Amino acid sequence: MKAGALAVVVILGAVLIFCSHGFPPWGDPASPASRHVSPYYIEKSMRDTSVPNIVTAVLADYRGYDTMFETIVIFTAGIACIFLLRTPQKTKTETRLYRHVPTGITLRIEKGGKFPEDSIDFERIDSEWVPYDLIVKTTCRLIVPFIQLFALYVIAHGHYSPGGGFQGGVILGAATLLLAVAFDLRSAKRRLSEKMAAILGTLGVFIYAGTGIACMILDANFLDYSALAPLLGVDSISARSYGILIVEVGVGMAVMAVMVMLYYNISSAGKQDEGL
Amino acid sequence: MFWQIEFFIFIIVIILAVGAISVKDLLSAAILFGAYSFMMCLLWAIMGAVDVAFTEASVGAGISTVLFVAAVFRTSRRTKD
Repeated sequence: MKAGALAVVVILGAVLIFCSHGFPPWGDPASPASRHVSPYYIEKSMRDTSVPNIVTAVLADYRGYDTMFETIVIFTAGIACIFLLRTPQKTKTETRLYRHVPTGITLRIEKGGKFPEDSIDFERIDSEWVPYDLIVKTTCRLIVPFIQLFALYVIAHGHYSPGGGFQGGVILGAATLLLAVAFDLRSAKRRLSEKMAAILGTLGVFIYAGTGIACMILDANFLDYSALAPLLGVDSISARSYGILIVEVGVGMAVMAVMVMLYYNISSAGKQDEGL
Repeated sequence: MFWQIEFFIFIIVIILAVGAISVKDLLSAAILFGAYSFMMCLLWAIMGAVDVAFTEASVGAGISTVLFVAAVFRTSRRTKD
């Protein structure tokens, strides 16, 4: 069985490597892609959209339809993860562990006992043994705002430098994940609840698709941002640049929310009470 | 340009890929896969695809490693085969 699988993999890999000689060489100026499509983008994208980063202009403007469905694919992955993993949460019937912070004593409270919910001296901990790591918590709490600021910069500066909605959204989600890993799932959920993540995810996709619909209402093609010029109060070329920014914000929101939803569900096996 | 650096990174990518599928400990496999993503990110950056490199660094080396570690944490750490 294993030898057969190895043979199949080796043969398929050999065929793929052999066929890759049929491609034009890397960076070949005479290849079909470099002769027909690329010159148009390189020459016209700055004049059409006033966006210096050609990759952003192609992704969000010329190929905006593709990017919209990429966002929907990611959103669908988040929805599928919820459907597969999410189980109803048990409330106040299970055994919980609390740590008395000043002394470091761990209390195990059986079901039916009184939980010290609002006390500042007690903090709830996960049922796997969790050490009290002040250095990790403090460091993560200090760097999380900078990560979030950098993510916003990546989204907003995607017109001029590498980056954009996807990368910025992922970094924004990673900041919440870092919080959830360093502290616990509950303190991350207090900042960004499950419901809020779902709302942000749907809102992000809605912003993207809604921009396209708004263009259609204003007598243009779907996702033709130049039609938004009268709404934004700028000329039609700048309107394409602003339209790209609007959809990038939508992509960032959707991706951030989906990454957080995936982590919440996977790390707690769908129960969303105790995380990693 | 600098084909020696590219060649060196390419060798590391192959070693990490083989290691990630052959190691028995799934947590190690997740870490190796993250390192593989980071080396791929360097390759993209050398080839001039900076946007792809950025995506690979944030998604491949960042988020997906965390999700793999979370999945290993909730299932089993040893692989059966």
